[in-house]
Amino acid sequence: MKSRTGRRDGGKQMVPEAEFTSYYGRPVLKETVWEADIPSYLFLGGLAGASSALAAGAQLSGHPELARTAKVGAAGAISLSLAALVHDLGRPARFVNMLRVFKITSPMSVGTWLVSAYAPLAMGAAASTVGRKLPRAGLAASAGAAALGPAVAAYTSALLADTAVPAWHDARRELPYLFVGSAATAAGGLGLLAVRPEAAGPAVRLATLGAAAELSAEQLLDRRLGPEAEPYRTGRAGVLLRTGQLLAIAGTGAALLGRRSRAVSALAGATLLAGSAVTRFAVFEAGRASVRDPKYVVGPQRDRLDARGG
Amino acid sequence: MAAEARALDPAALAGHRDHPPRMGFFTDTSICIGCKACEVACKEWNAVPEDGLLLTGMSYDNTQGLGASTWRHVAFIEQPGADHDGLRWLMSSDVCKHCTEAACLDVCPTGALMRTEFGTVIVQDDVCNGCGYCVSACPFGVIDRRPSDGGAHKCTLCYDRLGAGLMPACAKACPTESIQFGPLDELRERAGQRVAELHDAGRSEARLYGEDPDDGVGGAGAFFLLLDQPEVYGLPPDPVVTTRELPRIWRHAGIAAASLALAAVAACVSGRR
Repeated sequence: MKSRTGRRDGGKQMVPEAEFTSYYGRPVLKETVWEADIPSYLFLGGLAGASSALAAGAQLSGHPELARTAKVGAAGAISLSLAALVHDLGRPARFVNMLRVFKITSPMSVGTWLVSAYAPLAMGAAASTVGRKLPRAGLAASAGAAALGPAVAAYTSALLADTAVPAWHDARRELPYLFVGSAATAAGGLGLLAVRPEAAGPAVRLATLGAAAELSAEQLLDRRLGPEAEPYRTGRAGVLLRTGQLLAIAGTGAALLGRRSRAVSALAGATLLAGSAVTRFAVFEAGRASVRDPKYVVGPQRDRLDARGG
Repeated sequence: MAAEARALDPAALAGHRDHPPRMGFFTDTSICIGCKACEVACKEWNAVPEDGLLLTGMSYDNTQGLGASTWRHVAFIEQPGADHDGLRWLMSSDVCKHCTEAACLDVCPTGALMRTEFGTVIVQDDVCNGCGYCVSACPFGVIDRRPSDGGAHKCTLCYDRLGAGLMPACAKACPTESIQFGPLDELRERAGQRVAELHDAGRSEARLYGEDPDDGVGGAGAFFLLLDQPEVYGLPPDPVVTTRELPRIWRHAGIAAASLALAAVAACVSGRR
């Protein structure tokens, strides 16, 4: 079955119409069995990991209020994300089978071990700060969570990139920076939402850095992939990605301009959190779209073969 | 090179000592008659559950593709051609490729997917927790999760029959020997001769798919003789195992994590008076 498809390059120049063949238009790859649990997990894991890093920084730099909020936020987010992770399994009771082996070739294996080490530390740090007990153990737990947190936030990019899904695998170079940017935006957003503006300075700055990283990574991705970035531009993923960008820009703007107002700061924080979540769903949807239409699988592979003269 | 070593002997690299030769399938689609005996034999022998009985309108194909409960799938393609009254009818029995570099096995976080002593790849059903990573990692879209039990399933190359010295059920049932089973080396040799034969007979469209140890998956343990481009049969034309990129993926993830830690420090320190 032959199909004609115009491959667009950012709406500007048209790539010559490519013809590709498929078997009754059916997908070549299997659609992911992951559901909303997984993008939620990407968001929550990022929020948790970046919050732990922020908490340690805030504590050391004399922002105790922000440190407390970030620790509690990290513990809450990682608990929810663990629930999402287990819920997404086809056989949830066998979650523990993840701990039979450690495999560097499986980002999910590496991530499970990372989160297994990180989650108790994040929870211990939060418990110590809320209960005002065992301050030294709390400090050690905070330090441990801060050391592992960034890895928890970043490894999920490897989880998606290490698949046959075209939109995820092709984005492997930018995805890590996009994800840690999104994580920093979320952690900053949480700080802004929950802490008085006078005490939330580091949260504003982290959110700004995060949003800048996230938006830059998206631009780079779009430019490097050219026509193959189509799954990120069109359909539901495209709408979500643009919404996430708008929320990141609006949230950062409000955070920087509304520093004196509790209400504006809180709204900015909520906007940044929403932006980070929407961006994770956008990436997830782009992957799904790139598997659903066989042209994203066959097209680039056929071009590669033809270029080799095969 | 690690890739070359793996291409030679995946079973040894998985730790099997004194193992039997690597076994595989050579599916010669030029003599497939579309009887679907392979589909039926596979279902029967492996007790694979029924997964939908419907008419698709896709020629004689009502199973549509490989999946958790379809481990052999016969594709039917009707093309304009000179064979029968202006029609060329292509038929091909698809199956798990049992890749030399198997992405499903690499990404499996529980070790449920494993390499057997025959060099094939199987799922240990009592270990699989249904995470679904293999589903998105397979570059051929073969393995899938079965809704009824939540586990991932695919062709085992009849591991139980091989252990007893029998050939896989599909090959045994194939009436034209379109599905050939044997040591991979022999199959590759036989396939090379068959292509040469077809070319001599003027059928220049005949080609092998998945037999090359230098391809993107280090060569398939189950390979094919096709009469058109792979994508016509629903096969990816140039699949590459995703884990070849993993070292670079990890490196970027590591740099990103370090950047996040630095950003958190910078955000806190720059505010100090």
